[in-house]
Amino acid sequence: MKAQSRLGAWIAMIVGSMYFLIPLIATFEFSLRMRRGTYSFDAYSVVLSDPRFQASFSYSIMMALMTIVVGVLLVVPTAYWVQLRLPKLRPIVEFITLLPLVIPAIVIVFGYLRLYNSSSILPLTGNSRATDLLLLLGYVTLSLPYMYRSVDAGLRAVDVRSLTEATECLGAGWSTILFKVIFPNIRSGILSGAFLTFAVVIGEFTLASLLDRPAFGPYLQLIGANRAYEPSALAIIAFVITWASMGLIQIFGSARASGRQKS
Amino acid sequence: MAFLEIANLHKTFGVHTALHHFEMEIERGEFVTFLGPSGCGKTTVLRMIAGFESPTRGSIRLDGRDVTHLRTRQRKVGMVFQSYALFPNMTVAANIGFGMKVSGKTPGEIRKRVDEMLELIKLPSLGERYPWQLSGGQQQRVALARALAGKPQVLLLDEPLSALDAKIRVSLREDIRALQRELGITSIFVTHDQEEALSISDRIVVMNEGRVEQIGTPSEIYNFPRTRFVASFVGTLNILAGHVVDPANGKMVVAGQEVVTSHGLNPGDAGKQRVLALRPEAIVLEAPVVGRNTLAATIEEVDFLGSVVRIRARARESVISLDVFNDPNRRLPERGQPVALGFSHENLLVLEESPA
Repeated sequence: MKAQSRLGAWIAMIVGSMYFLIPLIATFEFSLRMRRGTYSFDAYSVVLSDPRFQASFSYSIMMALMTIVVGVLLVVPTAYWVQLRLPKLRPIVEFITLLPLVIPAIVIVFGYLRLYNSSSILPLTGNSRATDLLLLLGYVTLSLPYMYRSVDAGLRAVDVRSLTEATECLGAGWSTILFKVIFPNIRSGILSGAFLTFAVVIGEFTLASLLDRPAFGPYLQLIGANRAYEPSALAIIAFVITWASMGLIQIFGSARASGRQKS
Repeated sequence: MAFLEIANLHKTFGVHTALHHFEMEIERGEFVTFLGPSGCGKTTVLRMIAGFESPTRGSIRLDGRDVTHLRTRQRKVGMVFQSYALFPNMTVAANIGFGMKVSGKTPGEIRKRVDEMLELIKLPSLGERYPWQLSGGQQQRVALARALAGKPQVLLLDEPLSALDAKIRVSLREDIRALQRELGITSIFVTHDQEEALSISDRIVVMNEGRVEQIGTPSEIYNFPRTRFVASFVGTLNILAGHVVDPANGKMVVAGQEVVTSHGLNPGDAGKQRVLALRPEAIVLEAPVVGRNTLAATIEEVDFLGSVVRIRARARESVISLDVFNDPNRRLPERGQPVALGFSHENLLVLEESPA
């Protein structure tokens, strides 16, 4: 009976692994075939030396970093306040932060275009810096579910109330409480949210494309439509970035767990 | 004028009243314990003194200054929490020095004070460790040092020993008391453990359902409980129903037998029922003695508890417990044996109704 269930588990795992790995291995294998008759990393070197790749990738990294900063500054005080003073509002806040998962990015961006077009009272799409700001706010919205959940999990893992009260007794104001006590103690939660946000922003296509910004997502699409091997190389690069982000979450998550076990 | 004056403090949470008109004065250097079961309002008072909760009515004056509506950081109170609440991202030294750093002291001043505090809590070599590297008792010592480092006017301790094992609790409570005496700091300690309260306090405030039942020294609270709640919450107690016969001479009838009390009967009590309390250790098995109370009873149970033997005897509808020290040379009474229970007039207490 036990051996049977173990066999079933192995079969499920093998089938699942094949489902995920075969297309990935095939893509990787195809990306190595640029030079006829032999495997090479030519497609990767072509992609990496393309100035448009460097420009779009740098742009997306900058946008991702700014999204993380704005997201952290928005989410941490909100989640902290909800946990400390307004626990009854938690379901409402959780619902709001989940909305970006059910409202497609295309709806958000069409809303932006309608509200902030060049003939509106706030014509943010009128120049590139203002459009960057709009894109940044869009990215913050899209990453809200991931950032909020990561930060909230971090806050739940520490005794926020006692830490806050202890800090207040020692004469500290709100900025000291937040930046010296709360932020450092939910660092792993913030980092998890940050890496997820990074992965979301790097691969995002809809907002950047419709707002006409030179991000990595639209570049991927452009190359995919016109080249054979380079899109596969780019897909593998994007996967590696995502995996690296997930790996870092695991590392920081396990570091937090082991620290707590010791205490 | 008292150092800490709490006047007519009242707190409601929605429709629930957590505290009813709490009044108290605490002198400088005094160690006061708020004692009571969960939900009695003791922590609510402490949190209002700290400034974490605002009173619905009433005022708090600290050293002549009205602090009722001041923020916590403006009150100069130190607090020790049940959960220690040490900052996990900081070393022991950084935890202790945090308050001084916030108040703008120089690194030299902070280092000197931190070293002093580490000596005081007997952990001089652990300054560079992190909280998770310490035992529970050590963490609570560090929390105590952190609360005291900034020289607060009042030290508040919210069930600081509850999370520790029994042996550490006893040693740490002795250390807390010794430190408090050494520094002469006014302290308020919250606990639901009556032994802790009796052993550590100058005065105890016994609370129940948001009301003060009695304020007194440990000896007064234990030996002369005013209400049935205090009597039953602090130590073990026999509760007896008595019928007042002659209030002027303290004469009552308990279980059909006449007894005398030297406490608390009013002339108007004649013919009324009153609740009486009698500590188990105040009763002895003895032949009737003139000038002492005697109740005839029958032994129902004898429990050997080691150093003490607890005996339960029945006198009509009343079951009375008494404690005698274990003596290997003395024969214990047997079940069903008739005995005489002797106790002094002073030990038979007449209880008041709990405040409504």
